[in-house]
Amino acid sequence: MAVEAKDKKSIMKKILLYTLLVGVALFMIGPFIWLLATALKSPGENIFQYPPTLLPENPTLMNFVRVMDTFPFWRYLFNSAVVAVMTVFLNVLFCSLAAYPLARMKFKGRNLIFILVLSTMMIPFQLLMIPVYVISLELGLQNTYLGMVLPHITTAFGVFLMRQAFITIPYELDESARMDGANAFQIWRKILMPLVKPSMVTLALFTFVSAWGDFLWPLIIVSDQSMYTLPLGLNMLSGTFTSDWRLIAAGAIISMLPIIIIFLALQRFFISGAMKGAVKG
Amino acid sequence: MKQHKLTPYLFLLPGSVILTVFIFYPMLQAIWMSFTEYNMITDAEFIGLENYENLFDSDVFWNALTNTFIYLIGVVPALVILPIFLAVLVNQKIKGIGFFRSAYYIPVVISLVVAGITWDWVYRENGILNYILDYSGVIAEPIPWLTSQDTAIFAVMAVTIWKGIGYYMIIYLAGLQSIPHDLYEAAEMDGANWWQQVTRITIPMLMPFVLIVTIMSTIAAMKVFEEIYVMTGGGPARSTETLVFYIYSEAFEKLNMGYAAAGGVILFLITLVISLINLKFMGKDRTKT
Repeated sequence: MAVEAKDKKSIMKKILLYTLLVGVALFMIGPFIWLLATALKSPGENIFQYPPTLLPENPTLMNFVRVMDTFPFWRYLFNSAVVAVMTVFLNVLFCSLAAYPLARMKFKGRNLIFILVLSTMMIPFQLLMIPVYVISLELGLQNTYLGMVLPHITTAFGVFLMRQAFITIPYELDESARMDGANAFQIWRKILMPLVKPSMVTLALFTFVSAWGDFLWPLIIVSDQSMYTLPLGLNMLSGTFTSDWRLIAAGAIISMLPIIIIFLALQRFFISGAMKGAVKG
Repeated sequence: MKQHKLTPYLFLLPGSVILTVFIFYPMLQAIWMSFTEYNMITDAEFIGLENYENLFDSDVFWNALTNTFIYLIGVVPALVILPIFLAVLVNQKIKGIGFFRSAYYIPVVISLVVAGITWDWVYRENGILNYILDYSGVIAEPIPWLTSQDTAIFAVMAVTIWKGIGYYMIIYLAGLQSIPHDLYEAAEMDGANWWQQVTRITIPMLMPFVLIVTIMSTIAAMKVFEEIYVMTGGGPARSTETLVFYIYSEAFEKLNMGYAAAGGVILFLITLVISLINLKFMGKDRTKT
């Protein structure tokens, strides 16, 4: 009797849990389903009718074909990919380089430099964007990949995260390598870097997501449409075809596909990386 | 064996160059610019505190500042509290939980432009949200969410919350999983009930994470821009114009660089105060590590 009641209670608990989980999931991904439904609707169907219908009457991929004609998706995808990959590579590299002496060497000004690096967290980019724009123009960075990349390739978060990773490695490793005649750069490259891979992955994914979705800075520094990244291109698409919502919806869906695919393929690393970033950062 | 004196500085060089060129030097330049009249065409002219005086005399500036604080007051409590419940929910050990964790994280990885367009469509007068609310009897008439002065700012806030919730959920999840399990076992042995375990163990152990989320979501809310740019363009009638939106349009649409820089300095001072309040709470933990 008691066992039965307990079973019943655990089944009820499960039903309640799944109801909650599905309810929240509808809130989180429901909007995309609604957008996808619109993108699949044929021109014969009134997408503004009320009450709205979720399922398309005659599902069609025509809107995706049409949007490819007006929206140079591959060009924007290529630009986004170049910017994101360069930003990730350089940010991980520069942060790892800077973090190594801050974690493992004694030298004059170490604490001051570390505090200066951390203090950059308190300076909003929205204040800096005005002079950075002026500087970037002077350096000839307008409408270039480097212009979009350079301001984001050393971050306080990155230096902090990599420093934490370097600190946990036992010092004996450096000592024995030094005995074998390795110099500081070789120790960093050959011995320490392989050991901090998990933190590098965390930093790389964080950097990738923010570079991929970056909007404000590219909006300022890029005016040439052939240099547009996906967010800029999509923003222009929705501004140009304000009434053609099938087209906008199709454009939005294909623009989010690459990051969704990357996310689904690497979701394990995203979630565990974000958790690690939370504990350490 | 001793390292060469210059070695540490060589490692620091690339990062230092970037931080100097793109943060420290621009920081000083922004402060200087805020005391000048500068439009990028003619040379900057020193005008003392005039930009600040004009800002404080401007209704548009006060409107933007007020909207920013409305935004903050609406968004921060939601982003501090709601993700705790979600974290508890996805911390359950049941089948398919990985799927739900990932699903809740999807809004975090997509760009704000995609998010803005998606919600713009959801918010249409004859769109799905009005239909759901109408159908369930919450509203009698469709609401023009993004085009009414009464609702636009709240509609945009909901998007910020929706997009941030998964991120903070993961931070709390890390917090929940960092609580040693023996604490609960010991409490159970001592006869503590579920509620006592929540109030005596879970909440106190989660407090550092609550502080992190509070400060992160506050600073993010202070700087809100993309959602507004994409969804409302600051309208209707400036009802969603925030401080960063105002700075952006003054600087890059009207080329009032000096005036916009003064607005930026005020943004910096406000975030600095918020950060310092934060450091008072957790600075000791952070610099010790």
